[in-house]
Amino acid sequence: MLIAGDISSVELTEACLRRIEATEPYLNAFISVSAERAMQQARSADHAWVEWRRGKLTQQPSRLNGIPLAIKDVLCVADITATAGSRMLEAFMPAYDATASARLRAAGAVFLGKTNTDEFAMGSSTENSCYGPTHNPWDQQRVPGGSSGGSAASVAAKSTFGALGTDTGGSVRQPASLCGVVGLKPSYGRISRFGLIAFGSSFDQVGTLTRTAEDAAILLQTLAGPDTFDATCVPTQPPNYLDSLSEPSDLSGLRIGIPNEHFVGGVDAEVEKQVRAAIKLLAKLGAEIMPIRLPRTEHALPAYYLIANAEASANLARYDGIRYGQRQHGKDLWETYVNTRKTGFGPEVKRRIMLGTYALTTGYYDDYYLRAQKVRTLVKQDFDTAFDQVDVIAGPTTPTTAFKLGAKTEDPLQMYLSDIFTLSANLAGIPGVSLPCGMDENRLPIGLQLLGPAFKEKRLLKVAHKFQLATDWHQQDPLVEN
Amino acid sequence: MTMNHQAVIGLEVHAELLTQSKMFCSCRVVDSTTANPNLYTCPVCSGMPGTLPVTNQRAVYLGAMVALALHCEVAAESIFARKNYFYPDLPKGYQISQYERPLATNGHITISTSAGKRKIRIRRVHLEEDTGKLIHRDKVSGAGSMSLVDLNRAGVPLLEIVSEPDIRSASEAVAYAKELQSILTYLKVNSGNMEKGVIRFEANVSVRKTRSEKLNTRTEIKNLNSFRSLRHSTQYEIDRQISILTAGKTVEQQTLGWDEAREVTVAQRSKEQAHDYRYFPEPDLPPVQIDPVWLQKIGDELPELPTEKLERFRSMGLNEYDAQVLVRQRSVAEFFEGAVDRGSKTDPPIQAKTISNWLTSQLFGMLHNARIEIEDMHITPAHLVDLLALLQSNSISANSAKQVMREMLETRATPQEIISEHELEQVNDVASITKAVEDVLRDHPEEVKSLLSGKDSLTNWLLGQVMRTLNGKANPQIVRSLLKKTLKREADTNNTR
Repeated sequence: MLIAGDISSVELTEACLRRIEATEPYLNAFISVSAERAMQQARSADHAWVEWRRGKLTQQPSRLNGIPLAIKDVLCVADITATAGSRMLEAFMPAYDATASARLRAAGAVFLGKTNTDEFAMGSSTENSCYGPTHNPWDQQRVPGGSSGGSAASVAAKSTFGALGTDTGGSVRQPASLCGVVGLKPSYGRISRFGLIAFGSSFDQVGTLTRTAEDAAILLQTLAGPDTFDATCVPTQPPNYLDSLSEPSDLSGLRIGIPNEHFVGGVDAEVEKQVRAAIKLLAKLGAEIMPIRLPRTEHALPAYYLIANAEASANLARYDGIRYGQRQHGKDLWETYVNTRKTGFGPEVKRRIMLGTYALTTGYYDDYYLRAQKVRTLVKQDFDTAFDQVDVIAGPTTPTTAFKLGAKTEDPLQMYLSDIFTLSANLAGIPGVSLPCGMDENRLPIGLQLLGPAFKEKRLLKVAHKFQLATDWHQQDPLVEN
Repeated sequence: MTMNHQAVIGLEVHAELLTQSKMFCSCRVVDSTTANPNLYTCPVCSGMPGTLPVTNQRAVYLGAMVALALHCEVAAESIFARKNYFYPDLPKGYQISQYERPLATNGHITISTSAGKRKIRIRRVHLEEDTGKLIHRDKVSGAGSMSLVDLNRAGVPLLEIVSEPDIRSASEAVAYAKELQSILTYLKVNSGNMEKGVIRFEANVSVRKTRSEKLNTRTEIKNLNSFRSLRHSTQYEIDRQISILTAGKTVEQQTLGWDEAREVTVAQRSKEQAHDYRYFPEPDLPPVQIDPVWLQKIGDELPELPTEKLERFRSMGLNEYDAQVLVRQRSVAEFFEGAVDRGSKTDPPIQAKTISNWLTSQLFGMLHNARIEIEDMHITPAHLVDLLALLQSNSISANSAKQVMREMLETRATPQEIISEHELEQVNDVASITKAVEDVLRDHPEEVKSLLSGKDSLTNWLLGQVMRTLNGKANPQIVRSLLKKTLKREADTNNTR
């Protein structure tokens, strides 16, 4: 419609901004909304389409030109505050775009604002944000998941056409599942991490939250690819993620593995029922379903928390109040450090810094950090073995649907368990997608997680797309304003 | 040092690498002692949120080159690690360095000491980034004292070269450090300019009973920026430890600083306060992989190193001392070799030894007095050889040659131009010298008489008179031989009378 000029970016952007204004009092999905800049971007996007229709451009603008999007507040956008959900960076204004932001900007996308997140992406409910929790659009008494809870909630509430999130242990897929949207975490190295405020550097990956797998593919096409500013970003060019979506073929020949370890105790009966139904549907679409084993699943969680927190303890050392961010003066340098970090960080961040520091301390390094790295290798081997037999692995994204606000804040371990099925993909660096596959009796969304071998995003997106063509779970709307 | 104690010293040398850009970003590497503060920084080297390091390939290349020159084994795969500690000059709260798997290990160099040649083993060579600098201000407009942070230097590539504890005295430590400086400048990976802080030292010092194999508790002296402070601090520390041990006490393991003004080491941290750097592999950087073919190529392209050059210079007939003086600085050695090459092509050729003598005994002194670096002087190797050729062909006297050399330093003129301008051309014409000799002898009959009656010392006086008559331009050898001949004739005439 944008191409034909039937609707303008200005109209789309205005609609999104109105929707944000209407839903924010209930959701608190955004940390900052940049309405004026968004309108500017929308106007220049419209101008580009006009020029194109007049034949003045040699190349057609991107499909994203003029599309309003939201960006998680751990990703830098030049001249807009990047708080990472933390008091520490309350007024931090980066002078640079994250590579992901820059690529969307170059494609002509419109940036509506920065979405809420657990502080430094550390959390599974967006309750750890110092800017207040985000509420789930399906039930405002419940969490949207996290840490990309603001992005997931804003997409579910139709405040935006899509949003960027980041996924370190499930932070895109878990909130996507809880909010009933599509959450794609690409393989580690597929999208540049430059400008992503680091939490666990060897896990962090930029991901997308959208209503459909097709939208995820469009975003990934723009975001993926080599970047000279990120040495861990793979140097190979990404494939065309969109061409296979329009193929008429069904899922014949596709082998889908079902790991028993993802249906163990703790998984809600309703969740299991709907996910198994979804798998049946995939079989109906032509896929061959077979059981597989991921025997090291139970060890993934402790290994993940040791390594991610160890990395975090170093990544967050730069917030010392010397060059930017908040500073609380003390009588000497040491006290300034202590005061700055004591008031700048919230309790979960402090807990993780302490755990991570401990795991790296001389005398404990071998038993914790090093051993966790060995487990990580074993978890990877689990997946390698599984992918020798199957093309895709399917299961629930999370053990339960959205839980009540405050339900797990006093028990970090219970909170950590909500990522139990997602974080092993981050240990292995493989891609995963969560897509809506049903509702529980409270009309809360349930997510189906698909995992694939490294850099096989195209395969996952095709399966997800075929599934969405056959279902309408992604077309259900929450009723925010009641 | 008393006879029954022996020092055991290991040295860590931090050398900046002469790359265009920093270790992990594209910021220019500048002289951080003169550049405007914080002008050469970017989000990466100032540790802004979300930024990532990318390894400078040139730094890896230069590091591998040094490692090969130090006879090290270069690792096919080495990894970067984070060294965690808080300090305002460290923007990320960790320094990217190498820890468990360094760039290279197991090397050695040979140093010359008063006791002869000694081999000092090198434990490891690794890459890392430099920190920024703190500038302390005492009182700023009533605000009290403060420290300012300059990050121009933050992220500059550093190569850390760690020796085994093979060094046995303060002067050996200096000899080792100078040899490394010489190698680094030969490889053109470092300017060698100590005043700019581009090479810094840390010394680990302990003392043990002579002939004991046991290593005692060591102390670490940090931040040594000159050969002088290296020498004095290690000597001070050796003496301090010996007196502690002699008194029957034990040395405490600690980190020390060197107080330049008072010439004493001062305690900074004890063992209990020692940092736990919590090293772990840097997740933002893939391992450094070195292709054996690439490495082979670096090895093949290594320039001749100081020790090899020294041997070659000695084989040209130079003595050990002169050869060492010429070898120490690459620019000096290159000047000398340029001159030797040119000298070999003149007819008759000029010997390397002659060139060496004129450099070590004349030119270097003049440069020193004029405070000119050899790189900055106007004299070219070709002009020096031209001058020596004129001297060799007796066109000028040795004294004139020195005068010409001084002029050459001050002007850009060629030796020939200076000689013509000052009419320094030597008189070799026998007829005019003979006439001058005869005139002098005739004008000083008394002196001639004394001389003939045995007062030989007057020969030189008469020679001086002849030289003066000819404005100092006469060839002194011709003057001397003609004077002798004429005097002998005088004597014979007298005897026959």
